[in-house]
Amino acid sequence: MLKEVIKMDRIEAISQIIDELDQELVVCNIGFPSRELYHLQDHEKNFYMLGSMGLASSIGLGLSLSLLKNAETENQSPRKVVVFDGDGSILMNLGSLVTISAQGPLNLILVVLDNQCYGSTGSQCTYSEEVDLSLLAESAGFETVLVFQEEINFEKALQSKGPVFVHMKVNPGNADVPIIDLNPEEIKYRFMKEIENKL
Amino acid sequence: MNSNQAVYQGMVDAGIDFVVSLPCVNLGEVMKMVECNPQIVHIPVTREEEGLGICAGAFLAGKNPAILMQNSGLGNCVNALASLFELYHLPLLLVMSHRGTLGEKINGQIPMGRATPKILDALNIPYSRPKYPEEALETIVESWEHSMTGGFPVGVLLDNQYW
Repeated sequence: MLKEVIKMDRIEAISQIIDELDQELVVCNIGFPSRELYHLQDHEKNFYMLGSMGLASSIGLGLSLSLLKNAETENQSPRKVVVFDGDGSILMNLGSLVTISAQGPLNLILVVLDNQCYGSTGSQCTYSEEVDLSLLAESAGFETVLVFQEEINFEKALQSKGPVFVHMKVNPGNADVPIIDLNPEEIKYRFMKEIENKL
Repeated sequence: MNSNQAVYQGMVDAGIDFVVSLPCVNLGEVMKMVECNPQIVHIPVTREEEGLGICAGAFLAGKNPAILMQNSGLGNCVNALASLFELYHLPLLLVMSHRGTLGEKINGQIPMGRATPKILDALNIPYSRPKYPEEALETIVESWEHSMTGGFPVGVLLDNQYW
């Protein structure tokens, strides 16, 4: 019998992770995860998704590979990218695990906050109770796979060689937080400025 | 200049430096040329929609992105074109081999071939249909400029007669 794991709420997990961040860029999944992040701590280095469910990890991959290339040209070390993804959305784009692993960006950390349901649409179940997402990442060949349960050690994710896959089960449900009062252009513009100003 | 060189040179002249691709018989040679250019980041992807997410991320980090794909893949991109590219006003060069047009021998290509221009119209994506290499070269450069100026994706359809 497995020991019953006490899970965190997703907003608590996001809060603990962003407390460990410094210069890392953040791509955040559509729906409540972005609202929770915005509510906890808005920042120019956050890219909030307002559409295109499933593409958080891909946006993060394009960013991280481009930052690597830019850093190589400028002879600097690349900024890291942290993606907050969900179980439902990564299941929509499983090919992304394969492409990330094959491309191997060492500056990408993909965090899957797994509440085992489509939390922004009424908590319909996903298959992540039956299928272990960290095993999928492992078999796809991620350089580092970390599973957090009752405690988060994000320092470890930041120090590990990428691409890093972080899997954490969280409680279903959303925090009572308002919608994001930024328009898409604003989110894009300030995010791009942030990258331009600090390569 | 042959049809492959024109497409490749158009992308280089436009300043495209980040390319995602899915295989297509017609675009195979162009993909090889892109792969051989160390100035261009080339990422083969598993599905077109994934490629669009990657292109969006690349643009945010200052790259000039393009996707090379068959028009069948346009169907896999629709939501990303609307709720990512249109929503955030992101540019993208869509270079598509347009199968299912006059001269097509494989009937399976025809339905999507016929739907392709209407899908682009429905998404409000401007596109052109160059018929010979010199025209393609020029059109690709202009398409990227238009995409950057307007902040939306622009398509280039290369049909059976082009190749």
